[in-house]
Amino acid sequence: MSPIEVIEPEHNRVKLAKDGRYLDYDFLVIATGARTHPEETPGLQEHEWHKSIYDFYTVEGALALQKHLRNWEGGRLVVNVVENPIKCPVAPLEFIMLADWFFHEQGIRDRVELIYATPLPGAFTKPIASKQLGHILDEKNIKVEPEFMVMEVNPDEKKIVSYDEREIEYDLLVTVPLNKGDEVIGRSGMDAGDGLNYVPVDKHTFLSPTYGNVFVLGDAAAVPTSKAGSVAHFAVDIFAENFVRHIDGLEMHHKFDGHANCFIESGFGKGLLIDFNYDVEPLPGRYPLPGVGPFKLLEESEMNHWGKMMFRWMYWNILLKGAELPLPAKMSMSGKWR
Amino acid sequence: MGTRTIAGVTVQVNDEGFLTNPAEWNKSIAAEIAKEEGIATLSDAHWKVIDYCRGEANKLGGKSPTLRQITVGTGVQTKELFGLFPKGPAKKVARIAGLGKPEGCV
Repeated sequence: MSPIEVIEPEHNRVKLAKDGRYLDYDFLVIATGARTHPEETPGLQEHEWHKSIYDFYTVEGALALQKHLRNWEGGRLVVNVVENPIKCPVAPLEFIMLADWFFHEQGIRDRVELIYATPLPGAFTKPIASKQLGHILDEKNIKVEPEFMVMEVNPDEKKIVSYDEREIEYDLLVTVPLNKGDEVIGRSGMDAGDGLNYVPVDKHTFLSPTYGNVFVLGDAAAVPTSKAGSVAHFAVDIFAENFVRHIDGLEMHHKFDGHANCFIESGFGKGLLIDFNYDVEPLPGRYPLPGVGPFKLLEESEMNHWGKMMFRWMYWNILLKGAELPLPAKMSMSGKWR
Repeated sequence: MGTRTIAGVTVQVNDEGFLTNPAEWNKSIAAEIAKEEGIATLSDAHWKVIDYCRGEANKLGGKSPTLRQITVGTGVQTKELFGLFPKGPAKKVARIAGLGKPEGCV
């Protein structure tokens, strides 16, 4: 095993970092993912890192935060998304709603102020989701600071400062740092030229428009859908069938529609479920059986929470083993309404 | 969703006044929307950013680029971008460039 130093798509080869050897390929499938980069924001990953500033997208960060919260006596908790796109875009919302529940359980919710600072125009930005769910954070007494583009963190004064000079003080900062694809993409000149190291591909087939034998799957691809596990799962279903045809020089019949399906835990034993694709925003409805459910789309329910709990088992025992999951890769409009 | 006439052209817009079809956009529409956003005249610096966003959106399947993509792609510093398009440049540029509002998945 060796990391890759550079991909040379013009020569159909990759150079290994370990011994400088070249490996030739007929086809290349890139799945190098995305990672968080706290070092890109001044003040974030300095002397207060994992003292009063935490991330939860790394195992170390999540464990350190868990430990910190165990003895935390309250104050102002700010969740800040540095910049989009991020992995699992609903995770920060899920975190702050679960935090609300956790502090209730701890009996200190009245001593905790929760603020969600996002670069987007709101916590929910899709028209129907905003209408359906806009009230949910208000009801939980979670304040939203929209269009907050963080410029720097002042770890000594414990505040985050935006480019338009707004300041938010915190006692505890939970950051979702800048996400970037793997450095090897930039080193190989295969990125979109925006410094984020994602590879531009056809959003329906994942084939590079520049190199006819290079595919990019999962978070590494610059496609306009969520960087989420469900997306990668559905995308691979489509890709596998296409790839076999592509090798044989046949046209790729299957087109990925950007399908994503995500549970969002909302606390107090309830959850939300969203199902959408490139063209259709999250809509209300029932899932997976139209009219029956048992899950409710774009609505809080206890059953959705149990669905998430069940999914935990399915993830380890079905998905990771590569067994078939009886859910279609393409999104269906049945059971949804506007 | 509805239509409105901007700079003599009838275009489709959403509830927040963002064009829903980037193909209906033209430079006079941009100038008109810019005025509504409090930018009296669009300078070369503004156009550099707008043109970049239009080009990127084309590559990104109609999605407007993020602030970081704009700064790296154009070489315009973030601070400067806030000077050109005060209070929320990502959203303002998207509206002036006839692109969709920057949005999340939900």
